[in-house]
Amino acid sequence: MMRFLSIPSLRGDAVAAAIHSPRAKLGGRSMDRFVASLLAMTMVGFATPARAATGEAVNPWVALAYLVSGVFFILALRGLSSPATSRTGNRFGMIGMLIAVVTTLVTHFPMSAPVSETPVAMDVACVHDCVQRFDLFSMGEILIAIAVGAIIGITIARRIAMTAMPELVAAFHSLVGLAAVLVGWAAYLNPGAFGLLVPMDTIGTDYSLPMQIGAVSKVEMGLGIAIGAITFSGSVIAFLKLSGRMSGSPILLPARHIINLGTLAAIIVLTALFAMASPAETMPLIVALTVLAFLIGFLLIIPIGGADMPVVVSMLNSYSGWAAAAMGFTLGNTAMIITGALVGSSGAILSYIMCRAMNRSFISVIAGGFGADDSAGAGGEAKEQRPYKQGSAADAAFMLEQAEKVIIIPGYGMAVAQAQHALREMADILEEKGVEVKYAIHPVAGRMPGHMNVLLAEAQVPYENVFELEDINSEFAQADVAFIIGANDVVNPAAKTDKSSPIYGMPVFDVDKAKQVFFIKRSMGGVGYAGVDNDVFYMDQTMMLLSDAKKMVEEIVKALD
Amino acid sequence: MDFISILSIFVLACFVGYYVVWSVTPALHTPLMAVTNAISSVIIVGALIAAAAADVPGAKWLGLLGIVLASVNIFGGFAVTARMLAMYKKKEKK
Repeated sequence: MMRFLSIPSLRGDAVAAAIHSPRAKLGGRSMDRFVASLLAMTMVGFATPARAATGEAVNPWVALAYLVSGVFFILALRGLSSPATSRTGNRFGMIGMLIAVVTTLVTHFPMSAPVSETPVAMDVACVHDCVQRFDLFSMGEILIAIAVGAIIGITIARRIAMTAMPELVAAFHSLVGLAAVLVGWAAYLNPGAFGLLVPMDTIGTDYSLPMQIGAVSKVEMGLGIAIGAITFSGSVIAFLKLSGRMSGSPILLPARHIINLGTLAAIIVLTALFAMASPAETMPLIVALTVLAFLIGFLLIIPIGGADMPVVVSMLNSYSGWAAAAMGFTLGNTAMIITGALVGSSGAILSYIMCRAMNRSFISVIAGGFGADDSAGAGGEAKEQRPYKQGSAADAAFMLEQAEKVIIIPGYGMAVAQAQHALREMADILEEKGVEVKYAIHPVAGRMPGHMNVLLAEAQVPYENVFELEDINSEFAQADVAFIIGANDVVNPAAKTDKSSPIYGMPVFDVDKAKQVFFIKRSMGGVGYAGVDNDVFYMDQTMMLLSDAKKMVEEIVKALD
Repeated sequence: MDFISILSIFVLACFVGYYVVWSVTPALHTPLMAVTNAISSVIIVGALIAAAAADVPGAKWLGLLGIVLASVNIFGGFAVTARMLAMYKKKEKK
């Protein structure tokens, strides 16, 4: 932003006038004139020499625009407090983004001024900045880049199945991370364009000395690159695990805690060295920093099992925010800082909610390995097969019809089988027959926070019928049927009774209090992701419906007709 | 802006984020992740600055690539959020 200084006020005025006059002539409408004068004000404002202690430009108009953009982002999240306001919120987010992008393009662009015409340095400080050649060719390239991204993004967004949301979000996180790394590197390679240069003396005020990147900027840059790289490689692994391209089971390296802590320590040391190094020495340090950060992201996520993916996805969401915030610090950009802080806290809160819902500490999730050793010890093979009751779709349909109140508990298995539409159909028929149907959703059901809610919404289940764990758990005692479809660990009573169970302490649905339990499951062989047996299978009132979830529900629907 | 002003904005924004996010209904946590993903791509600002400056080709190309990645996220993120939220809309009418 320092580059503003490089353009003398004269030029700014000339450009402003140039923009103003043709517009006024062409349009003549008041709106046009208003826009033009706004533009002119921006131009004049940004051509005004001003410098803060750290070298970033202080331009009230630009700063204000970024602040407005940040406020729109806050409103975007605020809108999500209820489904009714959420769409407006999303639009606020788009407006905020538009403001940020347009502001950047207007202020950093397209003054195609040949370098030679620029009167030589009114200020030695801007020698580097003055070399900018703003031209329409670059503008074209930028617009093409945006268009390419837009086409890819919108195509993906249109085509993606709702069941695949977790891996999509993970993939998107990886893009933010990589973008942060690229921006950090670009800032390192061309600090002048980012207004990061300060004179090489100790206090940074003697502008006759050669320029270098300020130490504070280097710390911010290093952190931005590191967090971005961790977000990228971590999200790539999360994406591979969630999309089934890589086994969901934890991969445990020997001495992984020592390796991870050592790598993290090395990254911090490298950042410090990078900040203190002279310009000639920085290159190997930043390369090492980037490589190590990519590596640690990979190492951090491979030991984390499939069941913990909701936490991982939330955590990476948080990281992508912190990466944006770190870059915001580097650029002194309010919109980026506000957004980074919002996204960072959002991801952190979601991780916390997920951990609480599993009664596990964040540290133990991050340390990883859950579901690996446990399944070997407490797994199905070692135990004798206990007796259970198996039923058919017709049996289930008959009893569902007789019921007064049915509570449906969907889980990841429903998502895999794409059974949500059939399920809603079943619920509709039951409701027509006067049965009260409610849905109960555990915070960790599915592979990301709110995953089940979206799937039910997709199937047009009214959200008034969908309840959270705390709100509905007391109702099982009055329920005639608990209908478990594709869930397992979230109804396991071992979480309440068995202290040795790996899921002990996790809040679960009290399905054992319901008069009748239907449990749709592919087969008796598999156990939940936590790898523990479930006593609900063997209860007197439980009827196992062993089939593909979608097929079973469709058969029940047929039997109900 | 000096470091302390920026830090102040950051710290206050963290508090705003904390309270705003707790008020988000759990049913909308997936759209929340999608939209935060989209807005964190405001990092495109940095990529635009890099791509706009023509004097260091390496930085320019990194910037352009950054713009593509961030745009995928911005357009994809907002579009997929809108798609999800539209599903919540249909049921309101019911």
